[in-house]
Amino acid sequence: MSGTEVICQEIEVDYMLLDRIINDDFGGNREAMIMMMQAIQHNYRFLPEPALKYLSQTIGVPLTKIYEVATFYASFSLEPKGKHIVQVCTGTACHLKGSYRMVEHICERKGMEPGKTSEDMLLTLETVNCVGACAVAPVVVMDEKYYPKADIKTVNEFLDGLNAQ
Amino acid sequence: MAQAISPANIDNIPTIKISSPRDLEEYRQALLAASDPNAPRIVVCCGTGCQATGSVEVVEALKAAVEEAGWEGKVIPSLKKTGCHGFCSRGPLVIIEPMDLFYQRVKGSDAAEIVNLTLMKGEVIKRLQYKPADAKEPVAKSHDIPYYAKQTRIVLENIGKIDPFEIKDALVHGAYKSLAKALTEMSPAQVIEEVSISKLRGRGGGGFPTGLKWESCAKQAGTRYVICNADEGDPGAFMDRSLLEGDPHRVLEGMALTGYALGSHRGYVYCRAEYPLAVRTLTNAIRQAEELGLLGENILGTGFDFKLTISTGAGAFVCGESSALMSSLEGKVGRPRPKYIRSVEKGFRDSPSNLNNVETFANVPMIVEKGGEWYKSIGTERSTGTKVFALTGNVYNIGLVEVPMGTSLREIVYGIGGGIPNKKELKAVQTGGPSGGCIPIPKKFLDINVGFGKLAEVGSMMGSGGMIVMDEDTCMVEVARYFINFLVEESCGQCTPCREGLIRMVEILTRITKGQGREGDIEALQEIGEFTNNFSLCGLGTSAANPVFSTIKYFREEYEAHIYDKKCPAGVCKPLFHYEIDAEACTGCGLCRMKCPAKAIAGEKKKPHAIDQSLCIKCMECYRNCKFKSIRIL
Ligand SMILES: Cc1cc2nc3c(=O)[nH]c(=O)nc-3n(C[C@H](O)[C@H](O)[C@H](O)COP(=O)(O)O)c2cc1C
Ligand code: FES
Repeated sequence: MSGTEVICQEIEVDYMLLDRIINDDFGGNREAMIMMMQAIQHNYRFLPEPALKYLSQTIGVPLTKIYEVATFYASFSLEPKGKHIVQVCTGTACHLKGSYRMVEHICERKGMEPGKTSEDMLLTLETVNCVGACAVAPVVVMDEKYYPKADIKTVNEFLDGLNAQ
Repeated sequence: MAQAISPANIDNIPTIKISSPRDLEEYRQALLAASDPNAPRIVVCCGTGCQATGSVEVVEALKAAVEEAGWEGKVIPSLKKTGCHGFCSRGPLVIIEPMDLFYQRVKGSDAAEIVNLTLMKGEVIKRLQYKPADAKEPVAKSHDIPYYAKQTRIVLENIGKIDPFEIKDALVHGAYKSLAKALTEMSPAQVIEEVSISKLRGRGGGGFPTGLKWESCAKQAGTRYVICNADEGDPGAFMDRSLLEGDPHRVLEGMALTGYALGSHRGYVYCRAEYPLAVRTLTNAIRQAEELGLLGENILGTGFDFKLTISTGAGAFVCGESSALMSSLEGKVGRPRPKYIRSVEKGFRDSPSNLNNVETFANVPMIVEKGGEWYKSIGTERSTGTKVFALTGNVYNIGLVEVPMGTSLREIVYGIGGGIPNKKELKAVQTGGPSGGCIPIPKKFLDINVGFGKLAEVGSMMGSGGMIVMDEDTCMVEVARYFINFLVEESCGQCTPCREGLIRMVEILTRITKGQGREGDIEALQEIGEFTNNFSLCGLGTSAANPVFSTIKYFREEYEAHIYDKKCPAGVCKPLFHYEIDAEACTGCGLCRMKCPAKAIAGEKKKPHAIDQSLCIKCMECYRNCKFKSIRIL
């Protein structure tokens, strides 16, 4: 976890940007809080605490309520994500065609768990429910590129590429 | 030298504010006059499936090839990017119009040939044509392909024909005709009446009669909301997504018609955040429709206002449930509330709210245009119209399938789906998503007619349209564990029967799949399941045990094999089987040795190979690849 703390301190929250998201894009409307949080996450790749505090003050929603939302919805992350993101589809079609084997393999190879980031902050492994390409299952999405009919080899090639960097 | 001829183009027709239904018709005529159906055109499917296999590169390559070629004296072909054509397992798909030539599995490197041979000279490229598994000759035209020819595409009619980012193209194909008709010729009550006559039932899972829901919402006083459920939580289903990405105006028109019928002026689309393309397509569609005066204030100059907003979810299956969805729309956590508070009375912002599924809305324009009686003539007595299914799993033709209600499973899986690949046996069909059930196939249920009643009778449900075909290599205990595990993660946790019941069930199922099952486990699962289904708060919990019930009911012997014999007959649960090579059947071709990622297989060429069990990771590669069926599951 020490790695995580270092990264946290490095994050400088841009309050101008937060104002733009909260007020300009969503008119400071509390009902749009989930979408504001998505926009914040989109910029920082996770939800930095100072940004959530600022959100709380600006729209007048208690910080506890914001954390309730952040922990309820699967797509929010309170921890910084790795430089590269591997998403393995674990929707029904992909699961039936063995996508869980790729999850197991990555976990074993990198000594990590699904939903977590590797210690070197290089890789975040996520499992997602159906990315809509069931026809070419199993699907992995690595750094936003779709890999149809993927197998352990596909994943290994990607991981080898990261190691080489 | 003869000049190249630019094709007729609807882009040249300026965007105007349309101020009456008559002007809309005139505008449509102008667009029709500017579009030549016989002009050469390359249509590329850019649905999610085709994009995953590289259709974006194909578009770029085709664009470059068209620019490079000389079109002296000829019409320059135009390029059109459309939504999902549905035949996803053959993507990327390219259709050459006006001949309706169907090319499949197209790569960027095929682009020059397509342009120089097919478009320039009218020559067909055989290599890119589609040949059904049992046919000698390829099928040339997309309309003749059995996969399409056997469907009844009325909701999906325009998907694959129109550019979803261009409202003018949708107008050419009849968009907003029904809205104009309702606003000029029908009273709100008449619109509800037609929908009631049509017997349309909700496509989101519950199958509630849409007309009835509208009637009770229209009766309420005060501000009413129309909400579209585009949360599509079923992991493995993509009907709603394809509709939104391929023909957004059909859904928006359906919502506006609902707004008119219910006297509502505000609509919301609640869309999964995991569907960024759907969100972009919708945002653009709403903007274009507002510019033309087809949505927003004073629609078509009739004084009817209908403002639409898109809101995105954040990855919670339970937010597909109506009260949870409305709470999420308010920016809060999505926890369902008890059913006795009806959302048609007290929903979003505590006001009367009418929630329907994407596909339900997409049916409405048709019903208004052609009448409830016409709609009712499709399908069966109790389940009218068509249903779109996402056919996936172990079946040849994977993709979107639209058939009349009442079509048999046999027709869907074999007629349209093309049967089971790799000479495997069909074992079960799963419908209804995580709360549905597995219908065992061995001949028994292959001829049941798919409709709301029939599926419930055999212990499954219609659900939103996911249909997963499972072959003999599927372990039903593992399937039950998969769905229950999914629901454990997605349960909101506020009511005890659902939260605890699911956890206990997944514990037992996991134990069984690990070879630690014990006597009494099946009975315990049934008891906990009954309790969960009977006493949970919302629809997630009250149907949660269905996957367990249906697999125990139909595949009990498989549970028993796991528990008592410590065997997984399908070869899925790793601690309960191992692979062996049948020396008699093995030809020593070496394919398994080459495919094995763990280097666990050894053997000389043309001599029987053997597996080193200590190295084997049971990844299935050898079993899947062996051409001689010589790998045995023991
Ligand atoms: C746990 C749960 C998840 C649901 N998910 C969806 C969904 O993703 N999409 C949907 O349209 N309906 C979903 N529903 C059904 C909705 O609650 C609701 O019945 C439906 O949207 C109503 O529209 P309809 O009458 O047009 O089907 C879900 C229900 C439950 C209990
Ligand atoms: S289940 Fe993986 S893409 Fe649909």
